Amino acid sequence: MISLRINGASQEYSGDPNMPILWYVRDELGLSGTKFGCGKALCGACTVHLNGQAVRSCVTPVVAAEGGEITTIEGLDAEGMHPVQSAWRQHNVPQCGYCQSGQIMQAAALLSANANPTDAEIIESMKGNICRCGTYQRILAAIKTAAGGG
Amino acid sequence: MPGITNLSRREFIACTGAATALVLGAHLVTRSVHAEAGEIESTAPNVFVRIDRDGTVTLTCSRSEMGQGVRTGMPMIIADELEADWERVTIWQAPGDAEKYDPAGIDGQNTDGSRSTRHSFGAMRELGASARDVLERAAAMHWSVDRSEVFARNHRLHLKGTKESLDFGDVVHIAADLDAQTDTTKLALKDPADWKYIGKDMPVVDNFAMSTGGANYGADINLPNLKIAVMARCPVYRGRVKSYDATEALKVPGVEHVIEIPAPDIDQAIEFRALGGIAVVGTNTWSVMQGRDKLSIEWDRGPFASHDSAEYDDTLRASARKGGRTVRSRGDVDAAFENADRVVESDYFVPYFAHTTMEPPAAVVDATSHPVRVWAATQAPMETRQYVAEALGVDRSDVHCEVTLLGGGFGRKSKCDFSYEAALISKQVNAPVRIQWTREDDIQNGFYHAVSAQYLKAGLDLEGRVVAWQQHAAWPSFFSLWNPVLLDPSELEMGLGLVDIPYNSIPNIRIQTGEAEAMIRIGWYRSVNNIQHAFAMNSFVAELAAAAKRDFLDMMLELIGDDDVMDVAKDDVEGFWNYGDSVEDWPIMPKRLANTLRVVAAKSGYGKADLPDGQAIGLACHRSFHSYVATAVRAKVDAGGKLHVPRVDVAIDCGRYVNPEGIRKQLEGATVFAHSVARHGKITVQNGAVQQSNFHDYALSRMSDAPLDVRVHLIEDFKHLRPCGVGEPGVPPYSPALANAIYMITGKRLKSLPLKIS
Repeated sequence: MISLRINGASQEYSGDPNMPILWYVRDELGLSGTKFGCGKALCGACTVHLNGQAVRSCVTPVVAAEGGEITTIEGLDAEGMHPVQSAWRQHNVPQCGYCQSGQIMQAAALLSANANPTDAEIIESMKGNICRCGTYQRILAAIKTAAGGG
Repeated sequence: MPGITNLSRREFIACTGAATALVLGAHLVTRSVHAEAGEIESTAPNVFVRIDRDGTVTLTCSRSEMGQGVRTGMPMIIADELEADWERVTIWQAPGDAEKYDPAGIDGQNTDGSRSTRHSFGAMRELGASARDVLERAAAMHWSVDRSEVFARNHRLHLKGTKESLDFGDVVHIAADLDAQTDTTKLALKDPADWKYIGKDMPVVDNFAMSTGGANYGADINLPNLKIAVMARCPVYRGRVKSYDATEALKVPGVEHVIEIPAPDIDQAIEFRALGGIAVVGTNTWSVMQGRDKLSIEWDRGPFASHDSAEYDDTLRASARKGGRTVRSRGDVDAAFENADRVVESDYFVPYFAHTTMEPPAAVVDATSHPVRVWAATQAPMETRQYVAEALGVDRSDVHCEVTLLGGGFGRKSKCDFSYEAALISKQVNAPVRIQWTREDDIQNGFYHAVSAQYLKAGLDLEGRVVAWQQHAAWPSFFSLWNPVLLDPSELEMGLGLVDIPYNSIPNIRIQTGEAEAMIRIGWYRSVNNIQHAFAMNSFVAELAAAAKRDFLDMMLELIGDDDVMDVAKDDVEGFWNYGDSVEDWPIMPKRLANTLRVVAAKSGYGKADLPDGQAIGLACHRSFHSYVATAVRAKVDAGGKLHVPRVDVAIDCGRYVNPEGIRKQLEGATVFAHSVARHGKITVQNGAVQQSNFHDYALSRMSDAPLDVRVHLIEDFKHLRPCGVGEPGVPPYSPALANAIYMITGKRLKSLPLKIS
């Protein structure tokens, strides 16, 4: 039995401890905001926070979160008003929207560690998150807005 | 897909307004089942508009949202003519029901070909105006005045000359008893000067859902007792299962079934049918993925096991050199070459690409229900119904298809093979099933952008003017999905930037195609063949300019000329496919292309900017999907030989437009998409199998290399003309503009995609 917290709620998990967090939150908990993109930590669509750090949930087993706290896009802010989310809407970032949960989680983790990142720091942090629609320009602008600089 | 059926007659019907009339005739009165007997809760003057008693206006989006903004753009048009307050509008996604949403058969409710807005603009206006007309008549009845005494403004109905007004919701109970005006000529459309949404920036309606994890895609559909399935498919196109052992797979907790999905007979065209293979079905995605890894399968690799890119590509290049079938001819090319001062020849090559939508294909099918229910991330809900019906041996009318959001489409999700698979599996396991493709499935068992080779030859006179242009192209046709023995490309594909080459001032032109066998599933991909045609043509013009020691812009403008219209029928082009539309309504207009090129050159500072060493601005332009796009790429090659793209300017003339913010987003995105095409995308095949498998070996543009300063210039000059496509036209000019910039910096002409500097 693995005990952990997801978006502030206690959970007990008794299945395969190696199941990636991605499939645990999606298939077991019905939290479908976290997306499957590659299964190999190559695209970032599945990004969640584990104890405040951005991790690729497609390759992070549930057992790695034992006793820890996972935050998914659904838990980032109860009202969906996290500064990154607001900035995303202000800059009209999403196209198809599929990668955006992962992008937002990555950006939120970046800003919690570095409140005023440079462009180079933003790019370094975000380059693991692919957007096939090509919204990078607006993502960059939105992160700067969320940081209070744009 | 456009052109599978002849659309010309249908277009005629659509343009006459009959199509709208059919939709307007579908007048519905909806009464809530919970309401007291007889109380009317809402009214639907037509199938695109519903108005509730509280005034909420629900507008139907009948085309698939894949990031192009159609759920915002199409309803904007209706809302404007309806005089609805956008804040009180909600969007309802229509299921696949072309009888209702595309009664004239304009596009079969498919979302592709950058055509949703251009084909529905007039109809959406009329649908909104018709609904407004019903409300105005209802208000006139309420006030017992003539209809002419009433007008609608921002969700309210006003009585002229007074301060009296009613909310839309206040007249629902009266409007419900009124028939909609089906004679579209009697509808009063708004003066474009009075539009309040059309032509104005509008944020995407799904922004909140998409930024909070609330947006639902194909894999997000859940049902009671839903089973999850993944499939093992033969690495080689049309290979089949010879034998398999499921023992180990079935030991994985959560795996419930391992079943064979038969491949279609080899003499049956694949179309959008399931490839066949072994399905692993269970309670959760992780279990079935693990189960699949534990399968032991022996494959009969079939007739395409000999498919090898190295050899195939050489065959294709030779076919392009040879040409053979003349598809456009003007003047006397051979004589012009004889008399030319100089002749230049060149070969270009573009490989296979995979779509790699961020959302790998996923769909849910419940074959146990009546009707059969499908939820699919699909660009083609009607074809999904058709192929699921075939898979299950039922009538199409017994299949219902809901359209989820699409996590990217780019043409991949026009193909409904994944729903076909889910249907077959659901039937076998007698439960609702979600098929989940992995990234490896997507890259290795997809539908590929046609690999292509081009051979170009041009004659220059003493003044450096182009007097003859010969172009040969060879690529496997995507119609091979329906006709596997096909060797020649279709009129449709030739219309994607080949026979319509817009260099109208060249006196002698000959276009030929060479034969090509399809050895893998070929499928249309954002911008389709325009990618390779634009790459070759724009690059070759730059080669000619260099040979003649002339400026590219100067030469390109000379080649295009400033004619109002270019008529390819005069050059013996038979069956010219003009994106499914008439050349009368959507002519090829060289002056518009020249205009975009001039605009982008000026905006980007081409020829003027004092650029640092190692930087240059490359230009290219292309007409596709009736739109005219010119791109200026400022490239930089640093001391280490690494390429950067510090700035891109894009000018687009797409005629009448709806949402400029949406257009800017599409062109920013198309630029990044095209950067993947130009720099990364390359699918190769060895022994019949695709060699790439995931993003480590099939790379895409990331924030660390993508252009991050894309400036879009929306041209107003031809705004009075019909709306044209926006989703795709931004892609083709990018690769050649980048290649031209690289040439200016390095002196090296790159003739294959992806562009490799060293």
